Amino acid sequence: MNCIPCAEYIIVALMIGSAILAVEWRDLLAAAVGMAAVSLFASILFFLLQAPDVAMTEAAIGAALSGAVVIFAIKRTQRFETEEEERPGWWIRW
Amino acid sequence: MVSVLKRSLAIITLLIIGYWLAQGLAGVPFGQDRMLVGKYYLENVKAQTGAVNAVTAIVVNYRGFDTLGEVTVLFIASTGVGALLWRRKKRRTAKTEGSVVLRTGSELLFPFILMFGTYIFIHGHLTPGGGFPGGATIATAFLILYMAFVDYEIPHRLFEPLEGLAGMGYVLVGLIGLAIGSYFLFDWIWQTWHWGAANLGRLFSGGFIPIIYTLIGLKVGTELSGIVDSMLTEEVRE
Repeated sequence: MNCIPCAEYIIVALMIGSAILAVEWRDLLAAAVGMAAVSLFASILFFLLQAPDVAMTEAAIGAALSGAVVIFAIKRTQRFETEEEERPGWWIRW
Repeated sequence: MVSVLKRSLAIITLLIIGYWLAQGLAGVPFGQDRMLVGKYYLENVKAQTGAVNAVTAIVVNYRGFDTLGEVTVLFIASTGVGALLWRRKKRRTAKTEGSVVLRTGSELLFPFILMFGTYIFIHGHLTPGGGFPGGATIATAFLILYMAFVDYEIPHRLFEPLEGLAGMGYVLVGLIGLAIGSYFLFDWIWQTWHWGAANLGRLFSGGFIPIIYTLIGLKVGTELSGIVDSMLTEEVRE
């Protein structure tokens, strides 16, 4: 069985999972990491779809630079959207 | 209660839009060659531009004016960040030094990342990549230095004139084309002189594509490092 298509399906599933986590996480720092993970998986997917130049741009800009800029913005503002959310998330509380 | 209602409404709307898009796109053949213009580019790219990489030839040569607009968009974004975060006197205010692993690794990797970025934009007409990925790679090298050392700043005196000169150089190459040929961004090196026709597929070929991509790479690299710098420096009060 040729397994390049199933690798693509796994990567798409990982992308959707990271995107949902990036939206759902209340900790904005974790959400920024989730957003960078979406870009990283997208760049692997671009490489598998034979677009290496788009893959390089996506890895450099999407995963590294835009994630860094969002993290700097969080550092200049605040890490949580509201005050009462400043406790560990559900994945720690459980 | 209201938030649950709102959320379920949003999810239902998303599902409807997704179903509608999937229905619309299901009939579109993916990856099949239906467009005549793509075929034209692939057949004529070597003879008309001298570049082996068709993507780069389309971006810089056939669609050069669009790329100039793209560079302008990036320039406006960088200007906006600079204007929003402008202060009279700015300095790094980070307090925690990077760990030993980060500092040693960044010192070790910095020249190699710079070299790889330069390789990407110089070989844009031969291998995948070009000015934008190369410039972004160079900017990540400076980002690593910013994260590793508390008092590192980019050489502003070198970077800011370089950014302006690279942008002007792009327009200048286009204007020389207008003077020699008949239109803006006319590929004068390839079309009039056929310079590099003997070594097609090697470094010195491809008309003005390597020149323009070097300029774009320098411009994007300095611009994105400038954005990182203006995000990381803060105002100091005397």
